[in-house]
Amino acid sequence: MNFDFSDEQKQLKNEARRFLQRECGPERVRAILDHPEKAYDKELWTAAAAQGWLGAAIPEQHGGLGLGRLELCALAEELGRALAPIPFGSTIYFLAEAILLAGSETQRAKYLPKIAAGELIGALASSEGPGEPTVASLQASVVGGKLTGAKLPVTDGDIANLAVVLAKENGQPGLFLVHLEGPGVSRKSLQTLDPSRDVAQLTFAGAAAEPLGGAGEGFELLQQILDRAAVLFAFEQVGGADRCLEMSKDYALSRYAFGRPIGSYQAIKHKLADMFIKNELARSNAYYGAWALNAGAPELPTAAAAARVAACDAYWYASKENIQTHGGIGFTWEVDCQLYYRRCRQLALVAGAPRAWKERLVSQLERRNVA
Amino acid sequence: MDFTDTPEEAAYREKARAWLIANAPKQGLKPGRDHDGSDLAEARAWQTKKAAAGYAQITWPKEWGGPGGTPIQSVIYAQEEAKFAVNSGYFLIGLGMCIPTVMAFADEETKKRFVGPALRGEEIWCQLFSEPSGGSDAAAARTRAVRDGDEWVINGQKIWTSGAHLSDYGILLARTDIDVPKHKGMTMFWIDMRSPGVEIRPIHQMSGASGFNEVFFTDMRIKDSQRLGPVGDGWKVAIVTLMNERLSVGDIRGLDPAQFLRLAREVTIGGESAARNHAFREKIADWYVQFEGLKHTRMRTITSLSRGQTPGPENSIGKVVAANVAQEMAREAMEMLDQFGIINDPSLAPLAAGFQNQVLATPGNRIAGGTDEIMRNIIAERVLGLPGDVRLDKDVAFKDIPSWR
Repeated sequence: MNFDFSDEQKQLKNEARRFLQRECGPERVRAILDHPEKAYDKELWTAAAAQGWLGAAIPEQHGGLGLGRLELCALAEELGRALAPIPFGSTIYFLAEAILLAGSETQRAKYLPKIAAGELIGALASSEGPGEPTVASLQASVVGGKLTGAKLPVTDGDIANLAVVLAKENGQPGLFLVHLEGPGVSRKSLQTLDPSRDVAQLTFAGAAAEPLGGAGEGFELLQQILDRAAVLFAFEQVGGADRCLEMSKDYALSRYAFGRPIGSYQAIKHKLADMFIKNELARSNAYYGAWALNAGAPELPTAAAAARVAACDAYWYASKENIQTHGGIGFTWEVDCQLYYRRCRQLALVAGAPRAWKERLVSQLERRNVA
Repeated sequence: MDFTDTPEEAAYREKARAWLIANAPKQGLKPGRDHDGSDLAEARAWQTKKAAAGYAQITWPKEWGGPGGTPIQSVIYAQEEAKFAVNSGYFLIGLGMCIPTVMAFADEETKKRFVGPALRGEEIWCQLFSEPSGGSDAAAARTRAVRDGDEWVINGQKIWTSGAHLSDYGILLARTDIDVPKHKGMTMFWIDMRSPGVEIRPIHQMSGASGFNEVFFTDMRIKDSQRLGPVGDGWKVAIVTLMNERLSVGDIRGLDPAQFLRLAREVTIGGESAARNHAFREKIADWYVQFEGLKHTRMRTITSLSRGQTPGPENSIGKVVAANVAQEMAREAMEMLDQFGIINDPSLAPLAAGFQNQVLATPGNRIAGGTDEIMRNIIAERVLGLPGDVRLDKDVAFKDIPSWR
């Protein structure tokens, strides 16, 4: 038993942190936030590819570094901490994981090397309207290899080259890979709560769609992809939540009121202690999820749900109370508190909302109880 | 990161399990056990057996009667032992806090005298720190120790002393100098709880149990050789004791979310099984995440220990989370039973009234061993580095500190 990253993984994490401190300061996040025409930080994306991060968990035979998911988790934490405005989650947690999970050998050989090289941006297109997609609500359909329908919101939909699309074929839900630069695809940028990340509506009118995984397996595969992504996003959330706690702490030490640093008042101390408690619970659940993901353990569905629930809770608390600790200044555009608050909301929804994950967690427990 | 046993760990687990099957008593767990002394004889017998087999204080070196095992082995054994109907609770404070303090500060002869009997469960220890005037402020101790030649004369009162009524020995934090600031005027001693001048009165808790005591000292005389550490260094010694406490408390005891879920299947809310009730399901998920979070946080601490590193501060979250989750879960369970929830007759109430007992016991868990508020202060100050509270007593001679008396 061993419940921590290895020294090598910690080293990778430290290097990533130093790199991102240099290359992805808050001004880089704001450059995307303040300029709606910029969908992502291209320079940072290229640099991430050069660092080998995009191919960290892609096998060597497909052009990756062939490291494990633990290394990916370590990187995710740092990317979340830095609020990196790049399509890392869409490309790696969604597209690459989907191909690794369900792709044929041909699909792996065709797409994974391009992902590792930073030549292919991915997206997951499952949602079509308010609420989680269901078999009954699913409208997008594939007939004779051609996809018709609309997907929104699709994170990184404006910039992705290849999307994993949930659609029906012969009445059965399946996953399909769709090239977004091909004919029959139109994109429209959507306004969202977190403009530091790109979101679009994709409309398909006879776009070429190649099946990913078996017919009728769409929702099962989608859930498995989300299980994997939930763990990786949990690390991004833990990274962001920890940064919020640091910001609050630094401010509480330097801001004086009534002749004392505000961090000497128990009202603030206990608030920050509660942030710490939630962050540690989220981190420990994320570690368990990381182990289950990396080991391909049967505990993954439960561990992923617990990691996601804990991470969503911790980031929400940390990002909102970070603003509160800062007081009025924390509510201004100039101070960075808002960046974390926005990203917290984006991350809590991009892989399915926490309430659905709580339901999934309890269902898993019932299954285990019966077994 | 690996949450499965290594081959060596699996072998150790198998060995421990086989030994437990062969040696542990078979009867079911007694509900609501509150260290009332009713099972002390069997607990002693079990502790003696464990010590002989090398399963008591697994990380202690051979020199002190332990097997010299690893922290991970200690966890593995505890996980396996938890499946059996045995009780080691009487010895936790002695072996986890008092004896380590004796080992750190007493002379060789004293250590040799006490370590073995404590390990084997022959002698029970208690920790005499808290006082009526102190509350969360352990350094406010007023119990006086006045030197008289080669002896000290003790007068005063301790409170909240777990297990004092069953204890043979105790470690006592006493005021030896009232002319210096409070943290500098204390000294630590070990005492014989059966000495003349010691009077123990059980405290009747709101849960109905009496696990704690008041302990009164009237002209109790002890030898200077019973002193642990230098005169005036009592607070430093106490910190060593309390650091051990912080490592040993923080498990969620009592009922877990899975038991709640099983119980929910048997009752109806709004015309359907309570297990289908979405409000309950959401709560179960929230509790489960906190249970799991604590379990894995503990494992992170043990990983640091086993790598020879000082554990990080993450373990300090345990008690706050555990006590509050246990209290809320017990309340919800009672309410799930509707009118029937008020019954705490073990022969009628589900799980032998486990949830009702938990509702009555958990207010104590949120206070004992550091209140929720003190634990948050500790996290804020020692972990996050925020300033201490404004102190009116720190640099004042003890005798000049304002008090409510």
